Amino acid sequence: MDLVLLSRLQFAITIGFHYLYPPLSIGLGVALVVMEAMYLKTRQPRYRELSQFWVRIFGLIFAFGVGTGIVMEFEFGTNWARYSRFVGDIFGGPLAAEGIFAFFLESGFLAVLLFGWDRVGPRMHFFATVMVCLGAHFSAVWIVVANSWMQTPTAYRLVETAQGTRAEITSFWGMVMNPSSLDRLAHTIMGCWQAGAFFVVSVGAWYLLRDRHHFVARTSIGVGLAIGMVASLGQLASGHGSAVTVAEHQPAKLAAFEGIYETGANADLTILGWVDEKNRTVHGIRVPGLLSVLIGGSRDTVVKGLNDIPVGDRPPVQATFQLYHLMVAIGMTLIALSWVGGLLAWRGVLYRSRTLLWVMVFAVLLPQMANQLGWAAAEIGRQPWIVYGLMRTAEAVSPTVAPGQVLLSLILFTVIYLALFVVFFVLLDQKIKQGPHAADPHDDAGHGEVA
Amino acid sequence: MDGPFLNVAWYALVGALLAGYAVLDGFDLGVGALHLLARRDTERRVFLNAIGPFWDGNQVWLVTGGGALFAAFPDVYATVFSGFYTAFILLLFMLIFRGVSIHVRSLRPGPRWRTAWDVAFSGSSVLGSFIIGVAMGNLAWGVPVAADFSYRGNLLHQLHPYALLTGFTVVALFMMHGAIFLVMKTDGELNARVRGWVRPTIIAFVLMYVLQTMATLLYLPRLAEPFRAHPWLFLAPLASLLAIANIPREMHRGRELAAFLSSSAAILLLLLILGLGMFPDLVHGNGPSGTSLTCFNASSSPLTLRTMMILALIGMPLVVGYTFHIYRVFRGKVKLDAMSY
Repeated sequence: MDLVLLSRLQFAITIGFHYLYPPLSIGLGVALVVMEAMYLKTRQPRYRELSQFWVRIFGLIFAFGVGTGIVMEFEFGTNWARYSRFVGDIFGGPLAAEGIFAFFLESGFLAVLLFGWDRVGPRMHFFATVMVCLGAHFSAVWIVVANSWMQTPTAYRLVETAQGTRAEITSFWGMVMNPSSLDRLAHTIMGCWQAGAFFVVSVGAWYLLRDRHHFVARTSIGVGLAIGMVASLGQLASGHGSAVTVAEHQPAKLAAFEGIYETGANADLTILGWVDEKNRTVHGIRVPGLLSVLIGGSRDTVVKGLNDIPVGDRPPVQATFQLYHLMVAIGMTLIALSWVGGLLAWRGVLYRSRTLLWVMVFAVLLPQMANQLGWAAAEIGRQPWIVYGLMRTAEAVSPTVAPGQVLLSLILFTVIYLALFVVFFVLLDQKIKQGPHAADPHDDAGHGEVA
Repeated sequence: MDGPFLNVAWYALVGALLAGYAVLDGFDLGVGALHLLARRDTERRVFLNAIGPFWDGNQVWLVTGGGALFAAFPDVYATVFSGFYTAFILLLFMLIFRGVSIHVRSLRPGPRWRTAWDVAFSGSSVLGSFIIGVAMGNLAWGVPVAADFSYRGNLLHQLHPYALLTGFTVVALFMMHGAIFLVMKTDGELNARVRGWVRPTIIAFVLMYVLQTMATLLYLPRLAEPFRAHPWLFLAPLASLLAIANIPREMHRGRELAAFLSSSAAILLLLLILGLGMFPDLVHGNGPSGTSLTCFNASSSPLTLRTMMILALIGMPLVVGYTFHIYRVFRGKVKLDAMSY
């Protein structure tokens, strides 16, 4: 099999599985900060119990996130050696900074968060929670900066070395503040907040349906929906900002997002559709001129079409289009769910309606889907480039690694990650069913021989 | 800060991060290697909770070391990880299993569940340490590198006797380090038994250390060159010997913390000796091209080296500060409670 395809598949699978966990821990981290602040303010034991319940679940998510995350730190070297040589001068910096400023902070204070309840005072524990949450956000900052540079490379020059051409940095802050960094960072973090918010809402709703743990359930739903309301609007703003940047810097990607073939003003926005790649058109429900208006503020804004982009420089159109549209549709649904849910919770209606509660239970899947779909749309939409306009994905792999080696590791990753996901799911389910007043889960273990 | 100085500083900093990893994750990998020696469920939980608050942060030293290598010496990052592909993928699997098994092992009561994760934890700790040692052994021995810096060997090349020997030395070293750590964290009857493990692990390590030193001097005399050229560098091997000799002495006096610090110093000094011997090579090439990857020819641009050095100088003191504080918070013997593993 083809080395490039295998390497891409492996990267997609490893990052896809990994990215189930960090959005949860980033979003849940924010919820934890809020809940522990409530405890610090009221000093009521039930808030402590609430926080401890979510901390236990946080620990589980974190363990799987770390395990699958280590792979990402080294996979550029193992599978993308040419890429690593070409961009290391630029791309390595954010990864190192992520370790120094994010991972140490996160994992160091996680110890206090998980095990420090009786060893430090409530203030210090709250501080640790804030640090873990901050560390999780910092890790998003650096990795999104690095990825954004791949989308919109700036502040570099090409230099000839004895081993070939490479990109060297001309300004560190120029690299950090590349055109797409801020919007993509906001978009990613708001996506994570949504994932965490709907996760706590989902568990809370399930408890109410089971008529259990009313305090934990209602507080979780309240905190979750509040975060969800903020984040869903943040998504709208940052998503819009991102699209404008894409239009300016990655016209091929925008054209694929919207299935635009003809360059011109008054470009349509498609709500739902199917790209007819053969006839170079899109069938579906469209709003005339809206894309031009959204991108440039007027119908006269010219949007570049795929016809004006060389065939070899175009991303796969149908996949990019569908992934993107599905993400947008879910994003819109989440805005509605957050705000309608928030309003109904405020009026007390939500807690009595079993239908609405069931909707909230399953809504947990939506942000996860949107995060995966959006990430995939952003990466597939960048193809055939690994660094937009600078290096093609096909040129980036490790030339000394045999396809057979990658095939083997790909199979192993897939099998192991699937198995681990089952373990994660079973344990998460168990923790949720045990609930906040779970007795020490170790009590029933017995103290006999185990081996 | 000028060019060549920065390259040397980064050689030292990457070395320091990896040495930090060896000292810190070294003890929890060692605890993993000893894990199955504890037979009772509560004892195994004590072991897991002894490293519970630390192992995750310890592992970050490796991750950050990898990131620093990528930032400062991208060619080394690319050559080593793609060249040792199978070995490193295996190491990654070990690290995944290890982290997951520590966390999930005690979440369910069934003895079969727990035993399975105990075996996963211990096996991945041993194999992980071994792979790290084998990789180090290969870098010291030298690997075939082409003029374009690409690796020209295969998996079989990586399993030569010197590399395997280094693998066993690292496993023995970590087991000793972990056993001493467990003495600090346990009490009662378990403590007495763990105390009994320290001596055999010290003996095993010292034997491996002597063998390793002999093999190195016989087969890799170039690693001794810098010490011949600058005799004052001999202070490092001398200090390492004193640190190792001090371990049984402190154990005998019942000063476990001092023994642990001696063991930590021994690890740091052994890596310092390796770093001095290899300088300026990061990957010593023994192929027909005569190419090696050094901290000068495989580095990033001066601007990146300078910027990242500034970030590291801001960040790492903070890291060391709060890491020290967190170790203090969790000092003392393990007590199991509702939030424990």
